[in-house]
Amino acid sequence: MLALPEPKADILARRDEIVAGLRAILPASGVITEPLRLKPYETDGLPAYRQIPLAVALPETTEQVAAVLKLCHSIGVRVIPRGAGTSLSGGATPLADAVVLGLMRMNRILEIDYADRCATVQAGVTNIGITQAVAGNGFFYAPDPSSQLACMIGGNVGMNSGGAHCLKYGVTANNLLGLTAVTIEGDILHLGGNHLDAAGYDWLGLITGSEGMLVVVTEVMVRILRGPEGARAMLAAFRSNEIAGQCVDAIIGSGIIPVALEFMDRPAIHACEAFAHAGYPLDAEAMLIIEVEGSVAEQDDLLDRIKRLCEPFEPLSMRVSQSPEESLAIWKGRKGAFGAVGRISPDYMCMDGTIPTSRLPEVLRRIGEMSDQYGLKVANIFHAGDGNLHPLVMFDANDPDSFHRAEAFGADILKLCVEVGGCLTGEHGVGLEKRDLMRFQFSEPELERQRRLKDAFDPAWLLNPAKVFPLQDKPRQAA
Amino acid sequence: MSAPATEAALAEAIADAYAAKEPVLVQGAGTKHGMLRPVQAARSLSTRNLSGITLYAPKELVISARAGTPITEIKAALAEHGQHLTAEPPDLSDLLGVPGNQTLGGIVATNLSGPRRIVAGAMRDQILGIRAVDGTGEIFHSGGRVLKNVTGLDLCKLLSGSHGTLGIMTEITLKILPAPEQTGTLVIPGLDATAAVATLSAALGSPYGVSGAAWLPPDAAARIPELAGFNASVALMRIEEFAASVTYRTARLAQDLQPHGRAELLGDTISRSVWRSVRDVTPLTVEPGEAVWRVSVRPSAGPGILAATGLRGFLDWGGGLVWLVGDPASHPAVTAAATAAKGIWTLMHAPDSLRASADVIPPEPPVLAAIGRRVKAVMDPAGILNPGRMAAGA
Ligand SMILES: Cc1cc2nc3c(=O)[nH]c(=O)nc-3n(C[C@H](O)[C@H](O)[C@H](O)COP(=O)(O)OP(=O)(O)OC[C@H]3O[C@@H](n4cnc5c(N)ncnc54)[C@H](O)[C@@H]3O)c2cc1C
Repeated sequence: MLALPEPKADILARRDEIVAGLRAILPASGVITEPLRLKPYETDGLPAYRQIPLAVALPETTEQVAAVLKLCHSIGVRVIPRGAGTSLSGGATPLADAVVLGLMRMNRILEIDYADRCATVQAGVTNIGITQAVAGNGFFYAPDPSSQLACMIGGNVGMNSGGAHCLKYGVTANNLLGLTAVTIEGDILHLGGNHLDAAGYDWLGLITGSEGMLVVVTEVMVRILRGPEGARAMLAAFRSNEIAGQCVDAIIGSGIIPVALEFMDRPAIHACEAFAHAGYPLDAEAMLIIEVEGSVAEQDDLLDRIKRLCEPFEPLSMRVSQSPEESLAIWKGRKGAFGAVGRISPDYMCMDGTIPTSRLPEVLRRIGEMSDQYGLKVANIFHAGDGNLHPLVMFDANDPDSFHRAEAFGADILKLCVEVGGCLTGEHGVGLEKRDLMRFQFSEPELERQRRLKDAFDPAWLLNPAKVFPLQDKPRQAA
Repeated sequence: MSAPATEAALAEAIADAYAAKEPVLVQGAGTKHGMLRPVQAARSLSTRNLSGITLYAPKELVISARAGTPITEIKAALAEHGQHLTAEPPDLSDLLGVPGNQTLGGIVATNLSGPRRIVAGAMRDQILGIRAVDGTGEIFHSGGRVLKNVTGLDLCKLLSGSHGTLGIMTEITLKILPAPEQTGTLVIPGLDATAAVATLSAALGSPYGVSGAAWLPPDAAARIPELAGFNASVALMRIEEFAASVTYRTARLAQDLQPHGRAELLGDTISRSVWRSVRDVTPLTVEPGEAVWRVSVRPSAGPGILAATGLRGFLDWGGGLVWLVGDPASHPAVTAAATAAKGIWTLMHAPDSLRASADVIPPEPPVLAAIGRRVKAVMDPAGILNPGRMAAGA
């Protein structure tokens, strides 16, 4: 169990004053203080950790965000920026003495420009909301986290989120043009714009993925892309993880970059099939979902090439989707994988590490051994093209021992990822969950350098202070 | 000029300069010496002896090399496996007047990307991991060798495009992709800049994956041998795909673009050569005493920049990248036009008198500048790395 810093008694004592200050800035409905209404904000996508915050502030404009931050800064109140609260690493977990700054009321699309292929939206617009706004013209916003119905673009910037299609289209950082953001002092920054690249330092790049620790994002300028003529998925089932991994290598090595290349192991196939009825091959040890784009003839050609590349690996079955509905069903299983595992286990923890793809068979074997050792089941989903592994560790939160074993199992998986040359997180962020594991990937001086970069933005460590860096003997976080 | 052969020796050299509080001019092959502001430094250091590919895993789409490795060496290694540098980094040695074999570190530190930037991301988007030495001689790393990584603050992005002022990269890991089987280009001659950008925009808004979109006025087009025959301006649109797809997509695109003009198709070899010219800015010549600017704006604003400045130039990135060459006295006009269009500008090259006296990139607003100074103090507390390269006194 990870510790949260002690609340500051002096801040708790000034709660009424802080709330009055917030009420002076925001409409009455924008300040939440009643325990029952604070409850929904006590946790995020890592529900093992819960903490009722001091108050929740829900601004509607950048100026209100600036005023709230100025107030909090003047008193020394910690601030937890929050989008939809779907972070799986506990990035939006509150602190008892902190104001949760929720961006969900900033949910307007401000500008769409098809000729220049960009859109400006407020931070609380959902990820899917951007694509829906431009889909009528055949455009889309590329990064597509499985949580895209709920998660917000501000949160996506916070975590530099990815999705199943980022092998071809990149992650959040690769699809941003600019940000409006507010510093902890309440100063408004305009970074980038509707043009490409910066002439000076790449602040946009540094802030993307900074997990709410550097600034609060209020508006985001994104690139929108014209969609392809069409897309189609196929399934290929294999006798072992090892063989499926070799097949992934063969596809990438051939020069074809499918728009998505997803790997599921046997437990994941079974869980997802029970949920989606997509016709997943239940006899297989491993399965690939491979999606290609283009005209129908181009899809046929690419899928033919891929089938020929798969054949030497003696697939148990290969099935090319025959209709858009079938492709949707194939994806429904994959995108619903977390929920599907949720149906077969009371609770699950979604891990997120990356590994060099060549190490996949070995890593899956060792995860299997750990699963036996900890007595917990695990299902593995893998963005195979880019080495991003999502083991879903199943446990029972009502059983403290089961939870502790799950945490230890998860930590061992992530250490294994680092050991084989990968990293602690591919797209979910460090947050609270992986905070103490950072020592496995970075030396103490390297961590200190990153902390000092946070100092440069937030000298008093008021913005999301208990995340990303190990807490121990760090006066900045404990103070 | 010192040219350490190991990272440890480089770190030692910097620690030594830090102890002596003596500024260091940092460079790779020195081909970008003429970019931005001149650096006055007691010491100088090159990464050119830190050379060689350290890891290449074609099936994992990653390559690592020491910072001083010539780009040509990396390209050759990739070509053997049918892969390429996705961001299509330019070779500006002709434009900048310093011949040489540019290094990986140099291209990342200047974050220069070519025509494919619009679909494939900038050079900085390809950086997966770095090892670097800061301004005190301390070695650090960020990122890794996997395609996705959001572990901690992204110093790879911070160092990309920082022109050696925040740290000296010693080793860089890049994401790479398969090189396309074939390249085809549609040319529509005779359009003015505004009509051309509307055309490029239509092409980039098509579902055919256009990976290059440029417009050259007649004088610039005339300088590319393969295009000289048009005797006119040219709007260029590139498709890179498997051969059958190039055939199919160029045909469909030409049809869709009929309202904009009649498109002619350039084949694979000619296409590659034409886009190399666009990438390396060879359609523009720089006379002695002239200045070169690079302006990045929203694509529809590109033609306005050309018109407002009246300089020789051309458009890449669908209109969003404006290359300009001419009288250094035009500097205020260029910066004003770019600023009015809410874009950014870079004085790529100019006579020393202008480089040393003018802002070469847009000055940052005070709040950001203050953050920038604090970040600089973390990375280079004594301010010894390439002092003055990006801004006077910084
Ligand atoms: C079922 C499920 C599936 C998921 N699938 C994926 C996936 O495929 N790919 C993926 O990458 N992630 C995935 N996630 C994780 C999560 O959805 C992403 O991290 C998402 O980007 C979080 O967005 P959010 O709006 O919920 O942000 P929150 O969870 O509210 O916040 C995330 C972080 O960003 C900060 N933050 C939020 N808003 C701002 C702001 N405006 N300014 C500054 N900082 C801010 C917070 O402080 C926090 O550190 C999934 C989560 C779930 C529950």
